[in-house]
Amino acid sequence: METVPACRGTSPNCYTQRNPMAKEKTEEKAEKEPVSIRVWAPAVALGWLVPGGGHLLLKRTGRGVLLLAAITTMFLCGLMMRGTMFTPQGDDLLTVLINWGGWVGNVASGILYLMSVWLGYAQPDVAGAVHDYGTKFLVTAGLLNLLAIADAFEIARGRKS
Amino acid sequence: MPKMNLSHFEAAFLFSVLVSVVLGVVTKNTDRDRLHYGVYTFVCFLLALFGIGWLMYLGHG
Repeated sequence: METVPACRGTSPNCYTQRNPMAKEKTEEKAEKEPVSIRVWAPAVALGWLVPGGGHLLLKRTGRGVLLLAAITTMFLCGLMMRGTMFTPQGDDLLTVLINWGGWVGNVASGILYLMSVWLGYAQPDVAGAVHDYGTKFLVTAGLLNLLAIADAFEIARGRKS
Repeated sequence: MPKMNLSHFEAAFLFSVLVSVVLGVVTKNTDRDRLHYGVYTFVCFLLALFGIGWLMYLGHG
């Protein structure tokens, strides 16, 4: 049986050994300490620009490749279904919400969105189930990338493995 | 770029697969849990797809 040596000093380790509650408070304090923006900003920025890029930067290669493949496939399927890209505009509140929300979803795809706009993709909004699915695929790709960015942020801050 | 013409079922199936992969990857802490959660969300998507499909079919009369 392992015995803990008697602690007679005044160091922090001795203090927390004698007072388990103090140890918990120390750990909580460490968790709440602000993490420098330099730690997580590169992962978040790269994660936005390239889907899964934040994970790849943080050496989570398998997960990064899976995210890259899934989000890129979803975006490309949306393009091939001739989905519409949203632009921030509108008169009444509902139209503003739909257009701005959709635009944020599109922009969240990062380089995929930027490349498609730079290369001249401008599908008009036409009636049809396939076009409608395409529009949803394009927005969902961006929203999934937001989830991936949030995950990369958590990993960079040390809250997740 | 080639045009893709999918049926409702094909599009919803593809959507389910891709979303399940991402949800599985970003939510859990171990690979085993990630795989389980990805499969779980995919099954939920399929159940909702068939369930709502049948509901609309029967409700339509």
